[in-house]
This record gives sequence, structure tokens and C-alpha cells, in this order.
Amino acid sequence: MAKSQEQFDVKYVAHLARLELSEDEQKKLAGQLARILEHVEQLKKLDVTDVPPTAHAVPMSNVLRKDEARPSGDNAKYLKNAPKEARGLFIMPKIVE
Amino acid sequence: MSLNQLTIHELRDKLRRGECSAREAMQATLDRIRAVDGKLHAFNHLDEADALKQADAIDKSGAAKNGKSLAGVPIAIKDVINVEGQPCRCSSKILEGYISTYDATVIKKLKAEGAIVFGRANMDEFAMGSSTENSAFGATKNPWDLTRIPGGSSGGSAAAVSADECIAALGSDTGGSIRQPAALCSNVGFKPTYGRVSRFGLVAFASSLDQIGSFTKDVEDAALMLRAISGHDAMDSSSVNRPVPDYTKALSKGMRGKRLGLPKEYFIEGMDKEVEATVRAAVDKLASLGAEIVEISLPHSEYAVAVYYIIATAEASANLARFDGMRYGLRVAGEDVIDTYGKTRGAGFGAEVKRRIILGTYALSSGYYDAYYLRAQKVRTLMKQDFDEAFKKCDAILTPTSPTAAFKFGEKTEDPLQMYLSDVFTIPCNLAGICGVSIPCGFTKQPKLPIGLQILGPTFGEEIVLQVAHAYEQATAWHEEKPKF
Repeated sequence: MAKSQEQFDVKYVAHLARLELSEDEQKKLAGQLARILEHVEQLKKLDVTDVPPTAHAVPMSNVLRKDEARPSGDNAKYLKNAPKEARGLFIMPKIVE
Repeated sequence: MSLNQLTIHELRDKLRRGECSAREAMQATLDRIRAVDGKLHAFNHLDEADALKQADAIDKSGAAKNGKSLAGVPIAIKDVINVEGQPCRCSSKILEGYISTYDATVIKKLKAEGAIVFGRANMDEFAMGSSTENSAFGATKNPWDLTRIPGGSSGGSAAAVSADECIAALGSDTGGSIRQPAALCSNVGFKPTYGRVSRFGLVAFASSLDQIGSFTKDVEDAALMLRAISGHDAMDSSSVNRPVPDYTKALSKGMRGKRLGLPKEYFIEGMDKEVEATVRAAVDKLASLGAEIVEISLPHSEYAVAVYYIIATAEASANLARFDGMRYGLRVAGEDVIDTYGKTRGAGFGAEVKRRIILGTYALSSGYYDAYYLRAQKVRTLMKQDFDEAFKKCDAILTPTSPTAAFKFGEKTEDPLQMYLSDVFTIPCNLAGICGVSIPCGFTKQPKLPIGLQILGPTFGEEIVLQVAHAYEQATAWHEEKPKF
């Protein structure tokens, strides 16, 4: 049920995407996205009854490997890119109180 | 001719015969970059010492004489593919300071064949764009006209090959990002079938559409690159377990008995007249070489851009969630963790990336998923069926690669939709997962700007695409022309 006629709630979607936008950016995006969604509306013209969705153009399923433990790499190397690290850990703002 | 102006096969032959060293070839390449990249900005980063070190190692090991197919060949890498020890920025501020901790599988494969893997080629940020104007480090210029775009998102790779700043380059193609810049810069841009080449080590944009491919100066080189980088990879569960043929065997087979399809939906009212005339002349050329031209229909073509900008942006919104300031790259501290995510991503992503993340998030959000994402996936099925039907009537499909030649900087940045519509000919190939190439087929008159012919093949039909491309190339001289700037 599309609501593209309503004002596109950029602020709400930005929050879902964890993306901080300025007032200016929000206004500009709302206009641009409305135009793009208008173009996308034409997909509604098509009859897609009984058409399966394609998630993967070259279908494969259950690509598994043997459940064998193996080394995952050198953590010291990975921590070199960390914005903040200590004692072999990524230091980040508290998530759980 | 200086060594950087050669093709892979020409340089390989010289190295094999001992007529030059890998070091000399790499030095000639670096000299060229120093001379022209100030004007072009094809490269974001260049580690000269490392490149020369690799060249010396190749010379010392005698790999050129031991049959390694790419030994000593300098290959530039789009800034979206991980090379251990080198920056991987995806032309974005959000990956500030990031140094790759591993080699992508394609890089391992190139190195195993003795190639010299160097440079970080400029691109649209996170591969989102058709002009390389969305780079956080500034645009790349088209070597044929410095006031125009080279195409995108692999604009740096395309410009570097055209300007002889490398012998070949890697790029990535999600909606045309190899084929379109190849058309606009006059080189051979090849997108393999989805799953033919491993995506391990490619920073993901849209996981069901992305493929790594090559920019080369001719079709023989494209066959050499494809053979080197293709193959199943346990680290990429979307890579297909299928043997890699010797793609060079597809060359020099002519056009007799081949049927080439022309989709009527691709030659439309209001198309650029020079592009249309030039591509039709290329079709006539292939007919004169013995091919049978058949009219085909791809009835759902007009929906390609709409389908793509729902599916690709939805997948991108998921893939770019990892850029959150926690484990790598830029971190802008906020009041709490959510605020830190928001500020980091707000500061680190450019406008186009933000636009696509918002669009993709919306398309997947509760209440809209069925109307947008699911519906787009169903139309994708219809588009794939169009190609399945078409390939019953022809062996390969011919189209223009781009509706226009290279446009001027700023010409399409005001209206994102206009930019998106310029991908109309390249997008369907990614949606269907099939393979395709763009090859040079002529130029506009004034100014002289390249025009590309796109050849599409069925899934794992790389050989037929190479066969057609090579036949056309060898009967023409477009691939020998070089830009003067």
C-alpha cells in the first residue's frame, strides 16, 4: 500500500538508517526522492500475479562449508584501523545501560 | 612507443623476449602518471615504491619467462577493491585512514599470474554514480575532453587505461559502472556473468548485482584478464562452481553463422543521432562480416531504471550499515551510540550515497516493502525472462552502451533522475545477471568523443561476447586511437 502521495517522511527514514541530516538536506532530499518515487510508480502498471521474485539472478541455494573451526585471522592487524582500541578490543560508546 | 602505451599481450611478449624489464615498464607507467595525472586525477593514491618493488621481484623471479600470463604487467585497481597494505577509501570520507588488511580474491589471482597491482583508481563514492563526480576527492577528467566526465562509477580506471597510465585496470559494475565509462573513454570494459568472478574483497554496493571486471585497451587483453580473475571462490558463496575456459580461444573465430539481436526498445525516438548512427554502422559492419542481424524485443526495458533504483538502493542500505564509526574509518562522537552513528554517517557520506541509503531504507521499511522492493523483484523476473526469450532467437545482443557521449561536468548533477536515466542501456544486464562488454565503435564529430557498442551474452556466455567483440575490433581501427590532451 504505497503512500507516495503523502509527504515523504525523510526524518523518520533517516532515523531508521542512523543518518543525521541537516534541515536543508532533509528538504532537498524530500523533493528529489518524491520525483524518483514518481518514476518508480510506473512499476504498478505491470501485472505481476504469479510472478516469483528474483533475489538472485543466478540461482543457488544452501551453499555451505564443512563446520570445521579454523583461524579467523590476526586481530592485531584488524585493530590497527580502529578509531579507538584498547587491550585487543574495539572501544565504543556504551550500548546497554 | 613507450612501454606504458602497450597492451597486455604486447608487453608480455616483450618481457618474454627479454626486450625490456618489468621495472622499466613500471617506471614508464609511473613517469606517465607523474606527467598527466595532475590534469586527469585518475588516481586517489599511488604507492610508487611498492609498485617498483613488485616489478623488481618479477624481474628477479624470471616469472615473465616462466609462462605467467600477466607477469610484469602494471594493473590499476579501483579504490573499492581491497589490496593488503594499501588504503581502501571507496572515494569516501567515511573510510578515512582505512588500510586494507587482506587481498581480495581477484588481487590474489592477479598476483599469482605475476601482475603488478598498483594505485587506487578514483570512482564515484561507494560505486554510486555515472560520472565520478560523486568522489569525495574530486572528479576525474575524460582524457578526450577535460571539461567532460569520464563516466562512472569506475571513471578513474577508464581514464587511466585511455591515457596509458596503466596497461589495464580493474573496475566494478553494478548497473553499468565498467561498461559506461569504457564507452565514454574508448576502451574495452567487460562485465562477467554474476558469479563468474569472486566478490570477496570487493566493498559491496548491491550484492545481487555487483561484479568485478576489467578495463583493457583491446579485446585480447580482456580475454586474458577474464581468464586470470574468474573462478569459484569458497570465500564468496555467490560465486559459481564452474570451470574457467581459456577465453583466448574465443578470439579470431569470425562471425559466420552467428545471429545478433537488435532490441527494438533500445533504438528510441529522441536518441542522440550521432550515437544511433555510429552504433547502426557498427551493426552493419558485423553484418558484413557474416553475422545475421535479427530484430528482437525486450519488452520490459522501460522499467529497468525503476527496478534498479529500488533493488540496488535497498541492498546498498543494508551493505552500508557497517560504516558506523565503530571498527574502522571516521568516527564523529555524539551523545550516545545512536547519535555517534548518525553524526559519523552524516559527516562521512556524500549526498548521492545519502540519497540512495534513504531511498533503499524506505523501500524496505514496514508498510512499503511489498509495494516497492517485492514488486521490483518480480519485475526483475520479467526482465530476466525477456533475455531468456531473446537468447532463443540470437547468440548475442547489440545495443548502444550509453544514450549519449560524455557530458560536461555539472550537466546532470541538478536532477538525480536524469543521471539515473543515463544508465538505461546497461542496467538490464546486471538485473538479469548476464555478461556484457562495451567496445569502441566510433566518435562524435565535434568535439571528438568516444561512442561504445555494447554486446550482451547469456549467463556464462563470455566466449560468444568475446568472439563478437574481437571480430568487430579486428575489422576496425577505433581501438588504436588515443586521446591527445
